[in-house]
Amino acid sequence: MNLLFFCISRLLQLVPVLLGITIVAFLLLRVMPGDPATLMLGSRGTPEDIAALTSQLGLDRPLWQQYLSFLGDIARGSFGRSIAYKAEIGPLLIARLWPTLALVGLSTVIAVLMTIPLAMYTAVRRNGAVDHAVKFFFVTAMAMPPFWLGVLLVLPLAIAVPIFPVSGYGQDWLDKLHHLALPAFIIALGTAALTIRSLRSSIIAVLGADYVDTARAKGLPERSVLRRHVFRNSLTSTISVLAVHTSWVIGGTVVIETVFGIPGLGSLLVASISARDYPMVQGLTVTFAVLVVVINLLADIAYSIVDPRVSLS
Amino acid sequence: MSAAHNTLAVEHLRVTFGKAPNAATAVDDVSFEIRQGEVFGLVGESGCGKSVTCRSLIQLFGGSRPSAMTGSISFEGRNLAALQPKDLVKVRGSEIAMIFQDPMTALNPTMKVGRQIEEGLRQHEKLSARQAREKAITLLKSVGVMAPERRLDSYPHAFSGGMRQRVLIAIALACRPKLLIADEPTTALDVTVQDQILKLILKLRAEIGMAVLLVTHDLGVVAQTCDRVAVMYAGRIVELATTEQLFAKPSHPYTRALLNALPAHGGRGGRLQPIGGSPPSLAAPPPGCRFHPRCSLAIPACELQQPPLAAIQEGHSAACIRIGEPA
Repeated sequence: MNLLFFCISRLLQLVPVLLGITIVAFLLLRVMPGDPATLMLGSRGTPEDIAALTSQLGLDRPLWQQYLSFLGDIARGSFGRSIAYKAEIGPLLIARLWPTLALVGLSTVIAVLMTIPLAMYTAVRRNGAVDHAVKFFFVTAMAMPPFWLGVLLVLPLAIAVPIFPVSGYGQDWLDKLHHLALPAFIIALGTAALTIRSLRSSIIAVLGADYVDTARAKGLPERSVLRRHVFRNSLTSTISVLAVHTSWVIGGTVVIETVFGIPGLGSLLVASISARDYPMVQGLTVTFAVLVVVINLLADIAYSIVDPRVSLS
Repeated sequence: MSAAHNTLAVEHLRVTFGKAPNAATAVDDVSFEIRQGEVFGLVGESGCGKSVTCRSLIQLFGGSRPSAMTGSISFEGRNLAALQPKDLVKVRGSEIAMIFQDPMTALNPTMKVGRQIEEGLRQHEKLSARQAREKAITLLKSVGVMAPERRLDSYPHAFSGGMRQRVLIAIALACRPKLLIADEPTTALDVTVQDQILKLILKLRAEIGMAVLLVTHDLGVVAQTCDRVAVMYAGRIVELATTEQLFAKPSHPYTRALLNALPAHGGRGGRLQPIGGSPPSLAAPPPGCRFHPRCSLAIPACELQQPPLAAIQEGHSAACIRIGEPA
């Protein structure tokens, strides 16, 4: 009940944030140097063409009218019309949204599954051989650019021994999962490098807490002390790290999407920018921003589940 | 004094942290026993080894493990110092329980209070969830928490400091231990609550028939609660006596200095006498008697040898070479 109330109040707080996002996305295009219509038509545009396009895009109207019609487009779910695709932007965005969400979601799940056991083990056996090996492996993985890691892993795992497909997105969901496994793993390596370090150090800090002594003084075996008293209390800072990094990954999937030929938002953004498809860029900006807001909302909910004191404040 | 049954006998306990040349011997050749059902006080300034002595008994060192621990700790016919970790875990909480100094940080903030009480019961007595819950209600009632059925489902942040210490006492006493180690249980509480908590510990001691090892730096608390007392200085016991003996005839200069620093025992003009200087580093203690640099009665011989605990009368001993000299 408390949690439900917390979620609703957080959702209400998001309304002004989302309005702010639309304003920024809208103004960014208008404050950019140069006139969109001129830039879109390039050097071949005659003054007549430019004037026609300007009025077609509604750019000759006052700013507030343009903004309101942009809001209206968003409310209808169309986001206006794409210049390059000559179609409604909304459905195009939705079609590209799922691969990106699946990729980011899967990579986050893989990262969490790697983080929890490795962080716990290395925190308890700190400065042991495994601790050093994990640190070395993940620092190396993080230092490598994702496209290079992609190539490195595709060679043995998709070409030499064809366990995973080289690229593409697949048909049914199982096939898609198979296609996404390798790229998601590569993204997860970068995420896990951060979260393992973060969780490991908070576990070490919590291990010295007074209530851990209380738990041990009760006569609980060390395993139960770790599972019931240490683990949950060490999660909060790692949730922030994970949320910040996942927000970053959403905007940064473009390289992995390009390497693995996944039709996601990242590759659409790159294509739209080079095509000067400004309405599309505007729609994508709003979409990315909303995703980041949603991730932060999920992180807030996760906090309140982990720590009962959060939902009160 | 009859030869009462000893619950705990510590002999030549020595606990060292760190490696040479920075090794610090926090507890140095400490021996004492606690009789069945008695309240045994361990007194001294901060950093004199009281807490380490306590934690050594059940080897609860948290993050900083000692580099060496020697001596014997016999408890109910077993030497705890020689137990395997898995056997020691069975002693903790069931036969020897411990409560800590700061109740604000000693409860898990993300676990309901009821579950924190039930945990020990389920571990040691293999109670079912319902039995453990009923027992937890009884326990909370016995430590004076109102509406225990409702409070079981609260998190620690809904409790005040005094109430949290009550909950911690309930956790400690859940399995009716034979020995309760209370490491400065009232230091972090305000004075009126201190008194309530001490009375509660004494009441429950009588009900359960357990012995209590009470660590404190407050001689007022000692006078109020303890049967016998050991005074520690720089890792060693300097005086061991019954509470009456200690207050009637304090023998070690350090004990006397502590008493003179108390308001009730101050000099004739009501002026308190602080002890000059500060406790020595445990990594490099002074030669001879460790108290001599701060002692008003020190003579050159004090620097030469460490005085052993010598009996003054039945049940009373002190470690000072000037005892027995005409005062």
